Amino acid sequence: MTALQKKSDNPVAHLSAADVEEIGRRLDAIRQEVVDSRGADDAAYIRKVIDVQRKLELASRAVLLLSKFPPAWIIGTAGLSVAKILENMEIGHNILHGQWDWMRDPKIHSTTWEWDMASPAEQWKHSHNELHHTYTNVIGKDNDLGYGIMRVDEDQKWIPLYLAQPLWNFVNACFFEYGIAAYDLELGKNLATEERRNDPKFKAAAKQVLKKIRKQATKDYLVHPALSGPSFVPTLAANFVANLVRNLWSHSVIMCGHFPEGVETYEKTSIDGETRGEWYLRQMLGSANISGSKAMHVMTGNLSHQVEHHLFPDLPSNRYAEIAPKVKAIFDEYGLRYHTASLPKQVASAWHKVFRLSLPNGWMAATTPANAPKQVAQLYKLTTGGPKVRRAYDRAQRAQAEQALAA
Amino acid sequence: MTSTGLGLRDRVTRLVEAATTPLLPRDYLDLFAPLRSGADLRGKVVAKRHETADAVTVVIRPGRGWREHVPGQYIRIGVDVDGVRQWRAYSVTSDRAATDGTISICVKAIPDGKVSNHVVRELRPGTVIQLDQATGEFTLPAQRPAKALFVTAGSGITPVMGMLRNHLDELPDAVLVHSAPTAQDVVFGDELRALAASGRLRLVERHTERDGFLKPAELAELVPDLHERTTWACGPAGLLESLEEHWAAEGIADQLLIEQFRPRVLVTGEGGAVTYNKTGTTVESDGATPILDAAEEAGLIMPSGCRMGICYGCVLPLREGAVRDIRNGELTVAAPGDGVLVQTCISAAAGACDIDH
Repeated sequence: MTALQKKSDNPVAHLSAADVEEIGRRLDAIRQEVVDSRGADDAAYIRKVIDVQRKLELASRAVLLLSKFPPAWIIGTAGLSVAKILENMEIGHNILHGQWDWMRDPKIHSTTWEWDMASPAEQWKHSHNELHHTYTNVIGKDNDLGYGIMRVDEDQKWIPLYLAQPLWNFVNACFFEYGIAAYDLELGKNLATEERRNDPKFKAAAKQVLKKIRKQATKDYLVHPALSGPSFVPTLAANFVANLVRNLWSHSVIMCGHFPEGVETYEKTSIDGETRGEWYLRQMLGSANISGSKAMHVMTGNLSHQVEHHLFPDLPSNRYAEIAPKVKAIFDEYGLRYHTASLPKQVASAWHKVFRLSLPNGWMAATTPANAPKQVAQLYKLTTGGPKVRRAYDRAQRAQAEQALAA
Repeated sequence: MTSTGLGLRDRVTRLVEAATTPLLPRDYLDLFAPLRSGADLRGKVVAKRHETADAVTVVIRPGRGWREHVPGQYIRIGVDVDGVRQWRAYSVTSDRAATDGTISICVKAIPDGKVSNHVVRELRPGTVIQLDQATGEFTLPAQRPAKALFVTAGSGITPVMGMLRNHLDELPDAVLVHSAPTAQDVVFGDELRALAASGRLRLVERHTERDGFLKPAELAELVPDLHERTTWACGPAGLLESLEEHWAAEGIADQLLIEQFRPRVLVTGEGGAVTYNKTGTTVESDGATPILDAAEEAGLIMPSGCRMGICYGCVLPLREGAVRDIRNGELTVAAPGDGVLVQTCISAAAGACDIDH
């Protein structure tokens, strides 16, 4: 994908400024309808989910006390995996967004909640709620675009290191919670210079993360295994697997939100003086939904309604499904693409992008079985050659694109 | 503390906490035993009884952490109305001797009263509600007065009912002057009349539809030995003010104790933007709305207490700005660094404010 402003077929070119503001007003009205009708049913919903999650976790951990028996290991691990997914997705993520603050229950509130995750709630709220949700898909501002370790847009300059990004992405998926913690700390940037490393603010934040990780690891890899006595090792393995399953699942869901092919990105300068309507428009085109059953929506924390979530991050997650048709109607009326597909399709699409952009622009599209040897030779040159070689390649690519456009 | 200094109990607590992190053991225990000892104080509604058309007695079984109340005191209850937690104060009316560990409050539905209407019409037995320990100074002294007078109107009877049910036999001479629209509107009417019939209480009922609002001058006629009595009064702000003036004019202000449930709003300021530095939230608030209410309306979790300016449970430092006391219009101004403590429940913004919360 190329930043929307550079595209030849700009998908919003047909909209007038008045259209954009009207879209904003209509979306505001949808939001207000939900705000006005939030009530006892919604409160009962989140309390029920929390109740089910906690009982499932307790039951699974109880079963795992006997995890040296294979059936107990399987049941306990499956239950704990689901419990951890629910806790992070439908409960933690959404409470930390302030979706339930309106209930004024101090026990279910964004300011008091802490979650089963390496990253402390406070740090995650800053990097996620303040940065990602404000600067969604703006290249250079939204670090969620590739998490600072991957190339997810044509406009990011290609370097040979990116050849390994499918591997990075897989490793990141397996240890996603630690990836998020490192990301919230802006570890790459903050470890780069002596001055940043010694910044007391960074040091305090890093200490906070390490403390959280220590407590989390002690729970899953020491206390519960020890309580299992003779089942120490199987329980340790079960907890590891449950964390792995949760990590892989949440990574997949989150990749589907912004990475699938066709989701728009934006240039840094394009958001200067952005109006409310323009902000909404950016969220509309910068997010992708996952279609599926009700259970699937719950397990994704309703991030399957990523479009609705990005338009209204603080509305209760159980209401996204109900407003989705109204939101889609606005897309249809204004000739915009409402990006939705099944989970396997979106995951495949996101991974396709990760592979495609691990290679220089245009390389994958231009490669056929017939020209493969030639293409590989070129890739070898681009990889081992210096920046000059790569710049020449980029120029040739651009010239080709312009020619194609002119024709 | 070193690990050798830890008792067995502390070690077990630490172990269980290590097993439940990032939650606390009580987060799990609350699923099964919300009323257990050590839990946040809660209560279960066990019964509801209509006293009049629009007033109900709610019988509550408080959690194990409940400390006994002194008759005349009030409790705060937190109930979820349309999914939103709301806290209100109500007097405890139950007889301590006759109950099986339950307590009662009496709630009268007031027009547009979010909580009172919910309690009277919606609240179902079996519901678990949030509670606070009983508090309040509107009680009888240990040395019971030889002559007591109670002046109440409407639901103002509730704290007095708590005292009468528990201590009437310890009061050799008690008079109750109660004002309500009609005889049917008298909360606890039958019970009060029975007490009067038994000769233990002198009851003067005033029905405003027939007699008009109670005036202190009339009171002097109804109770000629007013000067000799210690008086407890509870009711609408207007009545209490007129009583205070009368007692002060008679030079017996020290013989009057009053209780009110809502602050009297005298002055409205000009309002302003209130910023909460720790949450980074700014709430536009008008000059008549307590900043506590405005903040809660905006979804903030605020410390709160009586909501009438007496318990100081809601106090927060005002870092900078001006607030006005909605009861008397008194202005409090803070310059940077002052951190003046203000009661958010009776303070409205009088310009931009920066609150440390």
